[in-house]
Amino acid sequence: MEIGLVHYLTVGAVLFGLGLFTVMTRKNAVGILLGVELILNAAALNFVAFEHFVAGGVSGQVFTVFIIVLAASEAAIALAIVLQVYRSYRSIMADRLTALKN
Amino acid sequence: MPPLSVVAFMLLAALTLGSAGIVAFSKNIIHSALALLGTFLGIAGLYVTLSADFLAATQVLVYVGGTLTLILFAVMLTSRIEDMKVSNPQGGVAVAFGLIAVALLVLGKVATETNWPSEAKPAVPSTAKLGHAFLGEYLLPFEIGSVVLLAAMIGSVVLARRAVKRAWEKG
Repeated sequence: MEIGLVHYLTVGAVLFGLGLFTVMTRKNAVGILLGVELILNAAALNFVAFEHFVAGGVSGQVFTVFIIVLAASEAAIALAIVLQVYRSYRSIMADRLTALKN
Repeated sequence: MPPLSVVAFMLLAALTLGSAGIVAFSKNIIHSALALLGTFLGIAGLYVTLSADFLAATQVLVYVGGTLTLILFAVMLTSRIEDMKVSNPQGGVAVAFGLIAVALLVLGKVATETNWPSEAKPAVPSTAKLGHAFLGEYLLPFEIGSVVLLAAMIGSVVLARRAVKRAWEKG
């Protein structure tokens, strides 16, 4: 048995599914962020796997570095927003933030 | 006895997906955040098997050292101790399962019907090539990435600070 592209794609797909599940079902805003991190990691793993097995070169790794950069800035900004939301609502459950409803 | 690379891949994949399962299904937000550590480390290991050694180091430094610490800070600052038990409630599980089943079916169909090259390739170091790519072909995106990081840093500092009332702003 040899480890080929399909195995890495399977890991990436399952990771993406778990991330999507987390994003869709969590009510805690930080929990939703954890799901986004899972999805970004799944995409990055697919980039590197395709580069290694199909494309060659280093373009897949370049994309993955940019994914890591964007994930880091996204996490910093989102967590700052979460802190401010907690200060005004004393809660970060996404279904309680209804100030803009109606 | 399967070859060592197969065993390594299986262990890393199990670590990644097992931890991701805890992230997705744990009722305690702290368990979820800590399980993310296993996912990041497993992905870093998978990068090594894909000959992306620089990315593996970056993954550990940035995700484990930076993002995960930030997330743990946010969890600690936004949860009260008494409701730690169920700090991560879930809703809409059935809809989510349905949608993910559809998404995985489509992905699986594409992945199995496409004729991928399947031979295993040896892992060779690629850090030098990556450095040349960043300072040659991808120089402009690289610099824009630096600007994005600077903007995100300033933005998060401005967003997260408490409003300061200065003496001349009274009333």
